[in-house]
Amino acid sequence: MSSLLTGPETTGARPAYADHQRPWWQRLLFTRDAAVLALLVAVTAYSITSVPFFSNDITLYFLVLDLTPILLIALPMTLVIVTGEIDLSVASTVALSSVLFGVLHRDGVPIVLAALLALVGAAVCGAVNGLLVTRVGLPSLAVTIGTLALYRGIAVGLLGTTAITDWPKNWTDLAKQKLGTSMVPLVVIPLVVLVLAFAVLLHFTSFGRGVYAVGLSQEAARFSGVDVARTKLVLFTLSGLVSGLAGIYFTLRYGSARGDNANGLELQVIAAVLLGGVSIFGGRGAIPGVLGGVFLIGVIASALRLADYSANVIQIVTGLLLIVSVVAPSLIGWASRSRRRRGPVATPERPVVSEAAPPTHVPNGASK
Amino acid sequence: MTTVLDPPAQRRTTPGDRLTGLLKQRETGILLAFLLFLAVTTAINPRFLFSSDGWRDLTLTPAILVLLAVGQAMVIITRSVDLSVGSILALTAYLTGRLGLDTGLPVPVIVLVAVLAGVGLGLVNGLLVAFAKVPALVITLGTLYAYRGLMLQWAGSDRINASDIPDSLLRFGTSSILGIPKLALVSFLVLGVAAYLMRTSRPGRELYAIGSDPDAAHLYGLRVKSRILLAFATSGALAALAGVLYAARYGTISSGAGSGIELEAVGAAVIGGVAIFGGSGTVLGAAIGAYLLTTIDRGLPILGIPDFWQRAVVGLLILGAIVLDKVLAERQHRKLLAERDQT
Repeated sequence: MSSLLTGPETTGARPAYADHQRPWWQRLLFTRDAAVLALLVAVTAYSITSVPFFSNDITLYFLVLDLTPILLIALPMTLVIVTGEIDLSVASTVALSSVLFGVLHRDGVPIVLAALLALVGAAVCGAVNGLLVTRVGLPSLAVTIGTLALYRGIAVGLLGTTAITDWPKNWTDLAKQKLGTSMVPLVVIPLVVLVLAFAVLLHFTSFGRGVYAVGLSQEAARFSGVDVARTKLVLFTLSGLVSGLAGIYFTLRYGSARGDNANGLELQVIAAVLLGGVSIFGGRGAIPGVLGGVFLIGVIASALRLADYSANVIQIVTGLLLIVSVVAPSLIGWASRSRRRRGPVATPERPVVSEAAPPTHVPNGASK
Repeated sequence: MTTVLDPPAQRRTTPGDRLTGLLKQRETGILLAFLLFLAVTTAINPRFLFSSDGWRDLTLTPAILVLLAVGQAMVIITRSVDLSVGSILALTAYLTGRLGLDTGLPVPVIVLVAVLAGVGLGLVNGLLVAFAKVPALVITLGTLYAYRGLMLQWAGSDRINASDIPDSLLRFGTSSILGIPKLALVSFLVLGVAAYLMRTSRPGRELYAIGSDPDAAHLYGLRVKSRILLAFATSGALAALAGVLYAARYGTISSGAGSGIELEAVGAAVIGGVAIFGGSGTVLGAAIGAYLLTTIDRGLPILGIPDFWQRAVVGLLILGAIVLDKVLAERQHRKLLAERDQT
């Protein structure tokens, strides 16, 4: 299956003019995104035919409900990682917005206003990350490890070990509502809207091109007129805002606001994003691939669960999948280079630009 | 960060120079913060330090995190990160329990087997990082899941309880020499050896060189890959040793053992002045960072802050430490520029 990964990525903005010598369908099909999506289709097809109950409507229903927070946060996380930064504090922001929402609701604030205030709080969390990264010039990995502890700490500090569970039934039902008589959950509508919004933002706006430019080379991006600091600040704020949305969903879905909500979610989100073909070095990756990555993890987990494998096997598979997905391109690059060295196998279409070579940048903009 | 270039032996130093040099050390600041915190809490409640329980907790509780922080510091100095240490800890703690339960091997053999297992798990990380040229963050995030899943799958639903662990190992976990718990002595010993080797040995200095500038290290002819392997193998071994200590200390190994501790280890290293992008910092600083983190955990209630806020304080400390490092680095940068302009 991994042989599909051979195709060079066309999403990156490297000067890979050679790519345009190939017909459009090759450029569309031989990408990392297409490989992830193909794998997703294969796994889904296999699960439908041979895993009992997988093709039930209810499986899909719970699959979507469970994946919603991961999918939501994966969207801004994709953009953040494409710029070469990372945000580890998202799960803590989820918890903090959930707790804020709960505390405000407990103190009699109308539920809509409470939700809005929680969203504002989450956006502020994101903006703080962004300011520390852009204005103070700190590495985002270190900053967000710090705010991971800080935001989680504030959430736990506000509520202690208690939980706020007296939510109006019509609101908690809303999170589990189905569309009409079908088994498609209502959350699909905001999900689709947000996915489209982020896809348009990344792939069809000048802001999005700027995001890739920043990820490939900050210097070059600055000289071509991209406001690097503003781009990153906007992305970190978006990341906080969407995490806040996920926090409100989380609270209503489980009917409980707690300080330890969504513990460890950040690693699941990052695993899904990287599996979806986003390069941790920045500059590469696309929303369709990320969708594929999120659903691939979700479908495999749900199929394994239905096939009576334990949650442990699911964890092992998730971990291995992540490793294989990032090691495979390197291995393939290494294999094709050693083959080229051995024999005169001409590859006329791709003369000099050896994109398959592993990237040699320093991680996360460490060059500063 | 300049330590690679000017070995201290070449400078002629007076005692006064040494004192100001010592005061300027990043580790001194964090040590002072730790001592200050200790002094204030002890002034409010003398039992914090001067009761036998207080003293025992102070020295014993950080032992596990110190080991992890030392390993983590070595990895971070090479410009990598090892997120899988919590899972390695869990896996080896369970292995220790199992070996004690099923085989009846003598304790030193059990410890050796566990540490070797840790080396193996660390080598897997190191091989993937060094040869696949994928950032350690991604690889060790993957092995974090894989190792934890492996442990859970192996353990199934049976937990290991204190009654299953060999008595000699449990006694080791609770006894002390000259009032210092043996587990703390183990962590001191490891810290001492690691600090000495990182400061003086060739491989230790090469880890700094690789972290400062991987390309330059390669051009200079250092064996970058084998050194990265070394760093990850050491981190794995220390995480395994921490796992053995965990089993000896708590006796109970549940499925959640050590989960989330990887970020605490990174946090301890960062607080202790290990730069997240490699090349600077010491294992001693990381160890003091670990002491500060675990002591704050116990000390906050004494200062009148409910311990629910502990993580928030830890977060502020990490942020404060990296901002401080940034300010110091910029000042150093300006100073070097000024010196260059003068000559």
